[in-house]
Amino acid sequence: MAERKIYARLENVGVRYGQKVVMQNLSLDIVEGAITCIIGLSGAGKSTILRLLNGLRRPDSGKVFVKGDDITNMRERDLIGLRRKIGFSFQFAALFDSLTIFENIALPLREHTKLSETEIAKIVTASLESVGLPNVEDRLPSELSGGMVKRAGFARAVITQPEIVLYDEPTTGLDPIITHLLTDLIVQLRTKLNSTAVVVSHDLESIYAMADYVAMLFEGAIIAYGTVDEVRASMNPIVQQFLQGSEVGPIPI
Amino acid sequence: MSFFDGIGRRTSSFLEDAGGIATLVAESGTFIGRLRIRSTETVSQAYLLGVQSLAIVAITSLFTGMVFSFESAVQAVQYGFGNLVGGVVAFTAARELGPMLTGVVVAGRAGAAIAAELGSMVVTEQIEALQALGLSPVRMLVVPRLVGLVLMLPVLTIIADIIQVLGGMYMAQQYAHIGYESFIVSARQALTFPDVLKGLIKSAIFAVVIVAIGAHRGLSTRGGAAGVGVSTTAAVVASIIIIFVLNFALSYVLFGA
Repeated sequence: MAERKIYARLENVGVRYGQKVVMQNLSLDIVEGAITCIIGLSGAGKSTILRLLNGLRRPDSGKVFVKGDDITNMRERDLIGLRRKIGFSFQFAALFDSLTIFENIALPLREHTKLSETEIAKIVTASLESVGLPNVEDRLPSELSGGMVKRAGFARAVITQPEIVLYDEPTTGLDPIITHLLTDLIVQLRTKLNSTAVVVSHDLESIYAMADYVAMLFEGAIIAYGTVDEVRASMNPIVQQFLQGSEVGPIPI
Repeated sequence: MSFFDGIGRRTSSFLEDAGGIATLVAESGTFIGRLRIRSTETVSQAYLLGVQSLAIVAITSLFTGMVFSFESAVQAVQYGFGNLVGGVVAFTAARELGPMLTGVVVAGRAGAAIAAELGSMVVTEQIEALQALGLSPVRMLVVPRLVGLVLMLPVLTIIADIIQVLGGMYMAQQYAHIGYESFIVSARQALTFPDVLKGLIKSAIFAVVIVAIGAHRGLSTRGGAAGVGVSTTAAVVASIIIIFVLNFALSYVLFGA
């Protein structure tokens, strides 16, 4: 395989929530310029991986590297600078409910760039149109449907064209057309900006369509990693049971 | 064993809270010192937390001033000290009742609002979203509330002082037949500018207490809607208790010597 440049790395990471061990000695490389999809059972800790990558969650053991820098014990002040390069699309969008959709999406541009209000307005409008949300700028998040809010959250995550975007279940709960649209957008962003993406998802069709690499998380460790074809061809019965969505197999239900 | 366990846990939790509040105030102070204050949001918070508390502050001040004057005026006239009532009412309003009453009322209203709003933002991942966007929740949310209330609480306190005196003056005239002029003369003789100023210093400190505790409890919220309720109640109770204790300590320091 050609030499891969690593954007971020989890090294022997352990995470506990209270007494519950969520990850143990988990290691994972995020390849630069690639789309890495993380699959696994609900509650397996997939979203926690995203939070480890932008320092929202610190590991209880092990190390996290982003662009070669050890961010494991980085001060919050420095993490704030790092996060400007990392987009995060939340599972439930996490839009600011006191701000309009326009203000939500414009916020990172207003805070981190010196663009004029006219330029910001142009970028925000174009971004909303790209996710199929024209003419909602003046609405509050509470006035939109769940799917629309999610797309607005998606638009906010990528508005500053970050080096890497972390997507937490970007297509869950959306209709097939919007799912297709967002999947295409994730691929387009990667192609256009050469950005890196990490996608946590249960939507296998979308994953097969966009992933360069797939990692399967099970019981606190990565049990399969490779291209889509490699993971689909895995002989691991846990991977096969998960991909087939079968009730019969080694995964305890 | 469990008794000592309980004491240990409470002590540790108290110290953790005290440390968290101190850190929050210090971090806010750093942003304020570097003038990294969001002016529009600060004005908006000054309106929401300060101006919108005006009615409740005015009502409580009016009736407190009236009852205080009513109780003292009748007694004072009986003993021949009717000409001192204005002074007593104004003196007490500016130094004690004005700042403390305003602090307690605003703690109930604005402190609860701050804890509930920030708590809701925690449980809906909006605080994490701010952090993920490379923005500091302290600068974005706490500093505007802190600056807004530190500016507004002294203003509310002056209004509360005036309303208490006016309410007291009305009651003194109605029930003890102390004339308005005599009341005002007495008030002007008793009250000095440093008394009013020290009362306002107290209220600015109470504003820091209200915002720091409300914001700390809100940002420490765990769980869903129930967690927001717990944080809100805890913020109001803690703020009111600390205002009472601090009022005594500040009176001792500012006026005692």
